[in-house]
Amino acid sequence: MRITESFRVAFDALRANRLRSLLTMLGVVIGVAAVVVLVAIGGGAKQLVTSEVEGLGSNIVFVVPGKFQIGTTPAVSRLQLSDADYLNRVLGRPDAVAVDLTSAEDLRAGTNTYYASVQGTTANVVDVFDRPLAEGRYVSKADIATARRVIVLGPDAAAALFPDTDPIGRQVSMSGVEFRVIGLFQAKGGAFGVSPDTEVHIPVTAAQRLFGMDNISGFAVKADTPGDVDAVGAKLVDALKQKYQGDEFTAVSQTEILGTIGKILSMLTLVLAAIAGISLLVGGVGVSNIMLVSVRERTKEIGLRKALGARQRDVLSQFLLEAVMLTSIGGVIGIGLGIGASAILSAFTPLPAVLAWWSIVLAFGVSVAVGVFFGVMPARRAGRLDPVVALRTE
Amino acid sequence: MAEIEAVEVTRSYRMDGVSVDALRGVSLTIEEGDYAAIIGPSGSGKSTLMHLLGCLDRPTTGTLLVGGRDVGTLDDSELAELRNQTIGFVFQSFQLLARTTALDNVALPLVYRGVRRAERRKRAAEALDAVNLGHRIGHKPTQMSGGEQQRVAIARALVGEPSVLLADEPTGNLDTVNGDEVMGILERLNKERGVAVVLVTHEADIAARARRIIRVRDGLIEAVAEAPEPS
Repeated sequence: MRITESFRVAFDALRANRLRSLLTMLGVVIGVAAVVVLVAIGGGAKQLVTSEVEGLGSNIVFVVPGKFQIGTTPAVSRLQLSDADYLNRVLGRPDAVAVDLTSAEDLRAGTNTYYASVQGTTANVVDVFDRPLAEGRYVSKADIATARRVIVLGPDAAAALFPDTDPIGRQVSMSGVEFRVIGLFQAKGGAFGVSPDTEVHIPVTAAQRLFGMDNISGFAVKADTPGDVDAVGAKLVDALKQKYQGDEFTAVSQTEILGTIGKILSMLTLVLAAIAGISLLVGGVGVSNIMLVSVRERTKEIGLRKALGARQRDVLSQFLLEAVMLTSIGGVIGIGLGIGASAILSAFTPLPAVLAWWSIVLAFGVSVAVGVFFGVMPARRAGRLDPVVALRTE
Repeated sequence: MAEIEAVEVTRSYRMDGVSVDALRGVSLTIEEGDYAAIIGPSGSGKSTLMHLLGCLDRPTTGTLLVGGRDVGTLDDSELAELRNQTIGFVFQSFQLLARTTALDNVALPLVYRGVRRAERRKRAAEALDAVNLGHRIGHKPTQMSGGEQQRVAIARALVGEPSVLLADEPTGNLDTVNGDEVMGILERLNKERGVAVVLVTHEADIAARARRIIRVRDGLIEAVAEAPEPS
């Protein structure tokens, strides 16, 4: 039998049972759409986080105490503010080292409150991290020298604390201590509840007093080029190890953070795709089931076709093609649906969705494979039917 | 050369572990242009015999030659091909594909012969003409009377130009008028085209129209009666 003829016969059979074909397809449609959408969401999340981390600046190296890995709690710090000057000398660059001391605090302005991560910083943070201000000024060296109680707000913090007024010159209190607002950051945007827009910065010396600490959390340095990052990191770690004999320090670059986050998110994407794949498998079982019913219903037709000269493989290919057509049409519809759903998701929700061409190819390939895999058993059963028995069936 | 030649053919089945001898040694010959009727009560083995003659089945022992080929030595695919080339089936219940037009129903045997669509349709139309249904090629079986459906089935049996038409109770589901017409067509094809016609029936008056009556009983041929040549 010619292949075009096989297609025609299979298509006619599907059309003859339109509702049943559609319902059977639905399992595959949902499975494929789920694969496409979930992979798109996973990919989108990865892209978003990646750009977020990249936004930190690709030349930045962080130095923190202890053996640092993403997911472990930071070690107790013995680092002092004066170590910044020491590291500046090591690098031979004044103001290269930015300082960080972070704690979460409740901020209050009038009746408005805001819970934020408060960062004690040095004046060079704006340069190292590339944080332009929208208004006012940043923390100055004089502010740090005198531990002046001034504060720079991220746009989210500013909006929460001063919804109706210009915050510059106003007071914000933390643990009963008043800080004067001197500047506002430009909005940067973010996701997953982690956004630089929620940060507030105060002079590190003021932060030490406010938090009751005399140490600092870590340092950040901007290397001249991305290629220097590792060398600069190693230099800083060595210098600190010399000063604090027996302590461990770690230099973390953006590439390392990206690598780790990338791994986690790729894993997440795969898990999502696998879950969606299971629904595709369930859809395949449905196809198998319906094909078995179809073979039983059409036993007489099979007998007749065989009597008229259909060989085993003619009948087998007819039913196999029917199953594969069912799943591949379902696959195409599912891909369309998945693309549409991804577009709607990225347009109307904060969830990013980035279509991955490989997921579309894979989803279609899998739906065809599902048709073959789950269609072959019913098709073989059809092909093997004894024409004498089949013709006798009522 | 005889179209079909059976020598001491037996056929046994195993049903629920019990061996059933449906045919117990049958020898018969269907010549080119033959017109024979196989009659016998139900359970006599006449259906089994028809399945064997139609190459739907292989004998357990004995030799069965169809179109010069030994059916017992052919595999399923070769049997299918042999059926397609040499046998035309007409069934009691017509066995037409319900959602398919008369034309496509008739063309079906040519599909499995790999004939191109345009050629198939042309030959199917000719076959429908031969059974006086040239005007109904686009109709579906549900839109036709029983007699018309059986004529479509005859056209289908005919389209591949087989050497033998096997008709299993061809008038069983028809009234006398339609039955007569169907028989008339079969006889005309037999006479005009020289195609051998083998009827399987239990109706004595239908069988009486054949030139030979082969009576089957208990898996054996009980008697063969030659009708006198019509003058």
